[in-house]
Amino acid sequence: MQRLFAARSVLGNAVKTRRRQHLSSLSSSLLFDETQLQFKESVSKFAQDVIAPHAERIDKTNSFPKDVNLWKLMGEFNLHGITAPEEYGGLGLGYLYHCIAMEEISRASGSVALSYGAHSNLCINQLVRNGNTSQKHKYLPKLISGEHVGALAMSEPNAGSDVVSMKCKADKVDGGFLINGNKMWCTNGPSAQTLIVYAKTDTKAGSKGITAFVIEKGMAGFSTAQKLDKLGMRGSDTCELVFENCFVPEENILGKEGKGVYVLMSGLDLERLVLAAGPLGIMQACLDIVLPYIRQREQFGRPLGEFQFIQGKVADMYTALQSSRSYVYSVARECDNGKVDPKDCAGTILCAAERATQVALQAIQCLGGNGYINEYATGRLLRDAKLYEIGAGTSEIRRMVIGRELFKE
Amino acid sequence: MKILVAVKRVVDYAVKIRVKPDKTGVDTQNVKMSMNPFCEIALEEALRIKEAGFAKEVVAVSIGPSQCVDTLRTGLAMGADRGIHVEASYSFLPLTIAKILKSLADVENPGLIFLGKQAIDDDCNQTGQMVAALLGWPQATFASKVVVLDKDKQSATVDREVDEGLETLSVDLPAVITTDLRLNQPRYATLPNIMKAKSKPIKKMTLEDLKVDIKSDIEIVEVTEPPKRKSGVIVSSVDELIYKLKNEAHVV
Repeated sequence: MQRLFAARSVLGNAVKTRRRQHLSSLSSSLLFDETQLQFKESVSKFAQDVIAPHAERIDKTNSFPKDVNLWKLMGEFNLHGITAPEEYGGLGLGYLYHCIAMEEISRASGSVALSYGAHSNLCINQLVRNGNTSQKHKYLPKLISGEHVGALAMSEPNAGSDVVSMKCKADKVDGGFLINGNKMWCTNGPSAQTLIVYAKTDTKAGSKGITAFVIEKGMAGFSTAQKLDKLGMRGSDTCELVFENCFVPEENILGKEGKGVYVLMSGLDLERLVLAAGPLGIMQACLDIVLPYIRQREQFGRPLGEFQFIQGKVADMYTALQSSRSYVYSVARECDNGKVDPKDCAGTILCAAERATQVALQAIQCLGGNGYINEYATGRLLRDAKLYEIGAGTSEIRRMVIGRELFKE
Repeated sequence: MKILVAVKRVVDYAVKIRVKPDKTGVDTQNVKMSMNPFCEIALEEALRIKEAGFAKEVVAVSIGPSQCVDTLRTGLAMGADRGIHVEASYSFLPLTIAKILKSLADVENPGLIFLGKQAIDDDCNQTGQMVAALLGWPQATFASKVVVLDKDKQSATVDREVDEGLETLSVDLPAVITTDLRLNQPRYATLPNIMKAKSKPIKKMTLEDLKVDIKSDIEIVEVTEPPKRKSGVIVSSVDELIYKLKNEAHVV
């Protein structure tokens, strides 16, 4: 028996820490079938091996690693085109699988997950849902393989929650449109080759004047401005987009002229659902750090985990995670069955994001002084978690969407 | 050529082991189980040999309760072509496993049998060697490199990790190879392959089908945890150290 323990620790050190403790393996069976569980295990292994080792450095240097191409590696693992048709290299699966992937990537690195979500859902999935055949053939294969990075831009410096009041305009010219204006908060903006941009083809028609366009890096008149210096999600490059008489050909309209608001709003529902898996991963990452810590760290001659206050905290963290998880995956299943309810899509991210911030705060608290130094990841987890209360529609907007719908019914 | 790979379902290597209160074994209730890491390496090597064109089929086999099917599914998701599940309600010791694998080999006629060098639960490091002996086949254990020479020659060159360093053997096929840690880095099961694996066949077999006698000459009497590590003692002289090593620790 002694050799068993010794061999185990040698094996553990020799093989890179490939698998972290699978914490919620009991209740996962409530949410997933066998195949989904297998997938979750597999992505988890991949994310912990390939992405997690870079997480701290990505945050410190505010950029993706230069020595490995994470986009390509995720592409090789077939993670980008989960919801895209097989003919373009996708998997033709649904949002449940996409959320599973998003959660496990987020568990490894919040920044990588956010960029991944913007690429695979905001850009790729919008092309899948709204693109015509030639657009899909032109843009999807490289995006799905990870050779190209995708992005989406709707917000502007003066149009965030009030996105419909956007000023970026697209004036009709011979053969296409000239776009003028600025876009703000564009995730992947600095590195994206393919961007979906919303602009007003009719500035007097309010929401009915919005059109969605596919922009390519290198188009004359399109440039990116400063990379933003963010509180969290550092490394998930975000920047301002600048359009100065940028000519976009007619065939680059995504959907129909003047119908951009439908592309935008329906896309937002699914964006909220998939991104809701981001805070789930962060909450899981918090437990991954806190549980071993409270078993090891002793005060007053006993492990921290024997004290009721700490037990209370981890119980709250655990139930917040599990309940948010149940909500997210149930809604994902419904969306896969074709029933997309904006209230629930907004509800999942409203719920998960706010819980994640609280869980991250408690994670710092459980670690005490150690939680306050950057040697431990808990600080980064809090900074990353906070974004999810703001991006993809602030918590306030989400509440408004849900409340307004309930009032109408 | 067909390659048979034996994969064992064991307690996941990251799990903290607890001995059952009745001391009959290790607690496996509600504990995460996975494919033995050395078996993963064995399967990976078999898949690489197939991809290099030296084998037509990779068959994964697991012996144990119904949950072994999960382990086989992982193997199929990695790329094995089909699986065989030999039903057994409790865990067998290496000799019985070896007899079962020999019976299977008589039926399947593989050109190579790959196993992990040992399982991380019992650390026996016996099964591969026993299978080779029962079949009368050559064996190359602790493989850190395997090269299958051309199909006509029907032999393989294996580098073995031994105490003195590396030993290179040439074995005629059919042969048994057990895999060591540094042989390869097993691939991940990607989602398309997990999906494909759902339709790959897993054949169920019983011990009666294979006509194997499972009577074991070994009985596990007791399983206990190793004694807790005691703190050290500071000695004041070399003489005292030698005295303690001789009379207290009994190692000299």
